[in-house]
Amino acid sequence: MYAKKIVLHFPHSLVNKPILHKLSRDYELEFNILRASITPDEEGLLVLELKGDEPDYKNALEYLKKEGVKVQTLAQDVIMDEEKCTHCGVCVPMCPVLAFHVEPETKKVIFIQDECIACGVCVDICPMNAMEVKI
Amino acid sequence: MAKTIKEINEKIKKGKAVVVTASEMIDILEQKGSQAAAAEVDVVTTGTFGPMCSSGAYFNTGHTSPKIKFGGGRVTLNNIEAYTGFAAVDICIGASAVSYDDPKNKVYPGEFNYGGGHVIEDLVAGKDIELKADAYGTDCYPGKELKTKININDINEAVLFNPRNCYQNYNIAVNLSDKIIYTYMGALKPNLGNANYCSAGQLSPLLNDPYYKTIGIGTKIFLGGGIGYVSWWGTQHNPTVKRNDLGIPLTPAGTIAVTGDLKQMESKWLRGTSMLGYGPTLTVGIGIPIPILNEEIAQYTAIRDKDISAAIVDYGTAYPKGINESIGRATYAELRSGTIKISGKEVPTGSLSSYSKAVEIADTLKQWIEKGEFLLTESVASLPGAESDYKLRSFKVKE
Ligand code: SF4
Ligand code: SF4
Repeated sequence: MYAKKIVLHFPHSLVNKPILHKLSRDYELEFNILRASITPDEEGLLVLELKGDEPDYKNALEYLKKEGVKVQTLAQDVIMDEEKCTHCGVCVPMCPVLAFHVEPETKKVIFIQDECIACGVCVDICPMNAMEVKI
Repeated sequence: MAKTIKEINEKIKKGKAVVVTASEMIDILEQKGSQAAAAEVDVVTTGTFGPMCSSGAYFNTGHTSPKIKFGGGRVTLNNIEAYTGFAAVDICIGASAVSYDDPKNKVYPGEFNYGGGHVIEDLVAGKDIELKADAYGTDCYPGKELKTKININDINEAVLFNPRNCYQNYNIAVNLSDKIIYTYMGALKPNLGNANYCSAGQLSPLLNDPYYKTIGIGTKIFLGGGIGYVSWWGTQHNPTVKRNDLGIPLTPAGTIAVTGDLKQMESKWLRGTSMLGYGPTLTVGIGIPIPILNEEIAQYTAIRDKDISAAIVDYGTAYPKGINESIGRATYAELRSGTIKISGKEVPTGSLSSYSKAVEIADTLKQWIEKGEFLLTESVASLPGAESDYKLRSFKVKE
């Protein structure tokens, strides 16, 4: 059994296609939707855990790419540089999976790394360059 | 039972002054009433830490041998353009300055990872800054070219001079268009995807002294981790806008110009900042002490987030066109809850100004005063006030 976590980025035009249905029907993959949302530029975003045989998994990825879906494996880590972060909070509404929480008492911004899907939005928009991709 | 600044300073020198932050003052007033609060509290400290684009610095590098006149020539600091139009070796750099080589928004949205604000931060941090100069050469200043490094510890003066800081209230920015936009208020997602705001609210200096009764020209302040002064009213100062019953302006109103010796400031409180798709800027830490001279001033300093409301402005269409209209209002208490309601939609909020750092600034200033290290000043002239005829003008372009 082969299992992997991946992030799928759907362009606007594909949002309504039955892509997931094909993954299970044609490639016999089991999938588990961890998260689904729409990013700032209106692209669909799905975080999936896929299980199945390795060749099927590879073929499925080929199929997804052909359809125009951008596939990202969750191999990257995004980290917060505590020295640089000023706890402004401008990243909070930008994160598609709500990985930033504002502590009610102190108004400090807490980054929950386990929830992060490494989409890179905060890395681009943080005015203090406090969010970094670590490979 | 009115007090004077002189009396308060006597208490500060003896270590007997009662100093509280603007957020602590809220509870004191609630529990004891304004009369008792005014009698008990001597100073209320405020704070703010947000991007303030109209910030900059000037330096005097000292003269080289042979001498060179930068004036009329070109100088860059770490590749960022500086202004040379003052005499021979006085140079000036603004927070929003960008390098000529920066792709800017040609690669949209531009990253602006390094600009004038970052040069100021690096200089204050004690890092060497690369200076490159081209000059035309004169009989008395024959030098035509220079490439060297400068350090804050070696140059003559290094002065922070910010023409407009500390906006008294500000817009809430949203985007009604159908594509993401990148603004000085941050990235704004389409169709009311987020609402960004930028004020310390109940801790913000000018919201705690809405009619500028104590803050004026000459007021000594916490500036960038050191000491500075209010040197003038800020550009775009607009004191005559509509206000609520408590004197809080409904739209952006008063501003101040501030200045201070960069050599005693800390890079922690002057941070180079990159607004994606917009440009570089400087995040500035400012704290202003308010002497509690009477009951009226005590009441002003107890302002709460729920009493401060800001106008919601569409940066998708209205703002860039210069259309002055708002699509609603929200209070700072609502903004800080994480979402506000706009046209029936729950919109998540983001802040550009750091509340936790504003608290840290107000606390630091409080400690300085408690320890007797920081005395208050009498202002030497007032800022144009709500009763004046001072107004913000727009630019009517002539044919
Ligand atoms: S935008 Fe950057 S500086 Fe602001 S809270 Fe998020 S990580 Fe920290
Ligand atoms: S990279 Fe940033 S914006 Fe993207 S999921 Fe992680 S925390 Fe959220």
